[in-house]
Amino acid sequence: MNFSETANTGYFFGLVPLLVFLPLIGMLINMIFGGKMKEWQIGTVASVASGLTFVVAVLLAYSLSATHGHMQTVYFAEWIHIGDLQLDWTFRVDTLSSVMMLVVSGVGTLIHIYAIGYMHEDVRFKDDIRRFRRFFVFLNLFIAMMMILVSGDSYLMLFVGWEGVGLCSFLLIGFWYDFDTLGQKSTKNAEAGKKAFIANRVGDFGFLLAIFTTFWHFGSLQFDAVFKAAEAHPDPVVISAITLFMLIGVTGKSAQVPLYVWLPDAMAGPTPVSALIHAATMVTAGVYLVVRSAPLYNLVHEASYIVAMIGAVTALFAATIAVGQYDIKKVLAYSTISQLGFMVAAVGMGAYVAGVFHLATHAFFKALLFLSAGSIILGMERGHHHLAHGHGDHDDADAHHDEEEAFDPGDMRNMGNLRKQMPVTFWLYMAGTLALAGIFPFAGFWSKDEILLDAKLHAEHFPGVYLLLSIAAFLTAFYMGRQIWMVFFGKERTEVAEHAQESPPVMTVPLMILAGLAILGGALNLPFEGFHNLGHWLGYTIGETHGLPLDLGVAGISTILALMAIGISWLLYGKNPLKAGQADPLKKPLGFLFTGMENKWFVDEGYGAVIIQPFEKLAKFLSIDVDWNFWHDWFHNSVLYAGFQGLAKFLSDPVDMGIINAIADKLADMTKRSSESLGRLQNGFVRSYALSVLIGVVAILGYLLFK
Amino acid sequence: MEGIPVNYYIALSAILFTIGALGVLIRRNALVIFMSIELMLNAANLALVAFSSANNQLDGQIFVFFIMTVAAAEVAVGLALIVAVFRTKQSIDVDQINVLKG
Repeated sequence: MNFSETANTGYFFGLVPLLVFLPLIGMLINMIFGGKMKEWQIGTVASVASGLTFVVAVLLAYSLSATHGHMQTVYFAEWIHIGDLQLDWTFRVDTLSSVMMLVVSGVGTLIHIYAIGYMHEDVRFKDDIRRFRRFFVFLNLFIAMMMILVSGDSYLMLFVGWEGVGLCSFLLIGFWYDFDTLGQKSTKNAEAGKKAFIANRVGDFGFLLAIFTTFWHFGSLQFDAVFKAAEAHPDPVVISAITLFMLIGVTGKSAQVPLYVWLPDAMAGPTPVSALIHAATMVTAGVYLVVRSAPLYNLVHEASYIVAMIGAVTALFAATIAVGQYDIKKVLAYSTISQLGFMVAAVGMGAYVAGVFHLATHAFFKALLFLSAGSIILGMERGHHHLAHGHGDHDDADAHHDEEEAFDPGDMRNMGNLRKQMPVTFWLYMAGTLALAGIFPFAGFWSKDEILLDAKLHAEHFPGVYLLLSIAAFLTAFYMGRQIWMVFFGKERTEVAEHAQESPPVMTVPLMILAGLAILGGALNLPFEGFHNLGHWLGYTIGETHGLPLDLGVAGISTILALMAIGISWLLYGKNPLKAGQADPLKKPLGFLFTGMENKWFVDEGYGAVIIQPFEKLAKFLSIDVDWNFWHDWFHNSVLYAGFQGLAKFLSDPVDMGIINAIADKLADMTKRSSESLGRLQNGFVRSYALSVLIGVVAILGYLLFK
Repeated sequence: MEGIPVNYYIALSAILFTIGALGVLIRRNALVIFMSIELMLNAANLALVAFSSANNQLDGQIFVFFIMTVAAAEVAVGLALIVAVFRTKQSIDVDQINVLKG
């Protein structure tokens, strides 16, 4: 590690490798010694590792601000040196990566702490306490990988982190790989993990193509070198290709149309995972990638427009699906896709500050919402357990999954009036909801309005984006209102909901901190002169930005839309609360539209019909007809086997027996015969030997004399 | 010795050698064969001494001493062998000693 630089400059830039290695150390401690450690010790080690990472991130941010946001690179290790390809593991600390580091490690630490409480109960409900340790090992690994992603100084280093977080996502979605989301034995969770991995693979392929094209054209993968070369000789075709390939990667990782389908299924992972990876951090990697590549996107307007449109379409599309979902986490998942759409639309329009601003606030309030939802689900589980086992005796939980019918603790139709049983969670959830719905003065209001304002100002260059995003914002407020009324108000629709129990402080305290951030997070970048802190901060990296003033028109419209949406949701779900077994009140007026929303517009089925089934048919054809029938039965058995047999027969009978063996036999015969005849010379009579010696001597002497 | 040409000695030596060689080839008694061998050795000694004196050089005569010594050793070994053969075969007829053959 290069600490010498620290000593020279007096700042903390040399500490940057610790961002990666602190979580790795925590992970190793839990991996090696975790078997003997108690749960609280494991959780503490993981949380402290993550917390120290946050401290390092803070120190780095401080150093940056003290050096006026001047970008620093810290060489760490030589990596790949082959011909023109000169790659080192170099860390890059600039204002953009610093924001990401703070968000990832800050929110990550809170989620680590929360997960101590959550997993403590989750492993007991699922009856496998040994997986407690594994969870924290994966979580720390994720933090390390995310840090590699945001701190890399080249596209390839970013890609390493990109794949690393994808791996952690896969591992954690399939964490309960032998269960389904209802807690029944099944392979469904494992399949969700596979789906996420494969959908991401498609995106990663696009990203790889972008990396290859970049290296082919610019001869480097280091960010600054690429940007300089691109600006010196802008070749629109190549840069469009790079940016669009990159966009495929973004749609995979950040769950945009058309590759978003993995994210709702990813809710199979434990709730802290949904909050950390599938809401706050990993899925924002795509947004980070676009912002990081801003100099490239700035050069090609068409590509930027495609990015913005994909974001806007995703925002609206996912929001409509969220309206028709019943699972509390599924609503949040589609909401996440929708909000990621907002961010992607923003960065597509070049509104990088707004995008990153929304990224940060979204990390706060969506993590809050997910974790609160986790608290609700556990509360329901506790109620369920209480009913099934009398007095909630956790220890005799053995095999109760098999005896009972499935109870879905995450289905909002099973809830109702939970604010009575879980008051703390209720208030926390309200804070997150208001922030997400964009109600003044919560964090979401400021960041979403900034995106909407940018969309409006750029309407002539990016037509349609503002409209799509406004409708999406309306729907956002609507489905969140629907959720609040269904979960916390009305009457308890099941006995379980009546016995739901509040979560312990280890879970609620991190939530309160997140709630504070969700309420006050807007202060990062207030639309008033002198308060564009984030814009100013990011300006060091992505070029000077002029902060937008508050536009009362845009803010007013969006606030009115949000309030209207909440009002409508109250009319539908709050005034006349849903009864047990009653159909959704939207079903009648919307008809087939609601059926579409309820069934995710049949996108999964469509993919199944268009891609997966033909793929399986092709695989079957290839395996049965081509591989087995043609290749194995015909080619191997008939052609190769028969040919080999024929050749072997030919080689053995005429060639081996006829020629080689005959030669050997003849040779042996001749040797035998010659030895027999020569043996006759050795008759044992000394005198005959003497005679032959004499004859020999006479012959030699005769030769010498008469030659 | 003066006046007798060296050819005569050589002729005598050749005659002695031929007698010895024929003796080895013809006779069957191992003892006689042994004596014939000695005869051949002495024929060679005679030739060496004759040439030595004719050429006024002592090499040949010294060599003869060596041959005598070797012959004496050979006699010792050879007689011992003959005794040993006689003890097993009750005969010293070399034609009966033909076990070693191909």
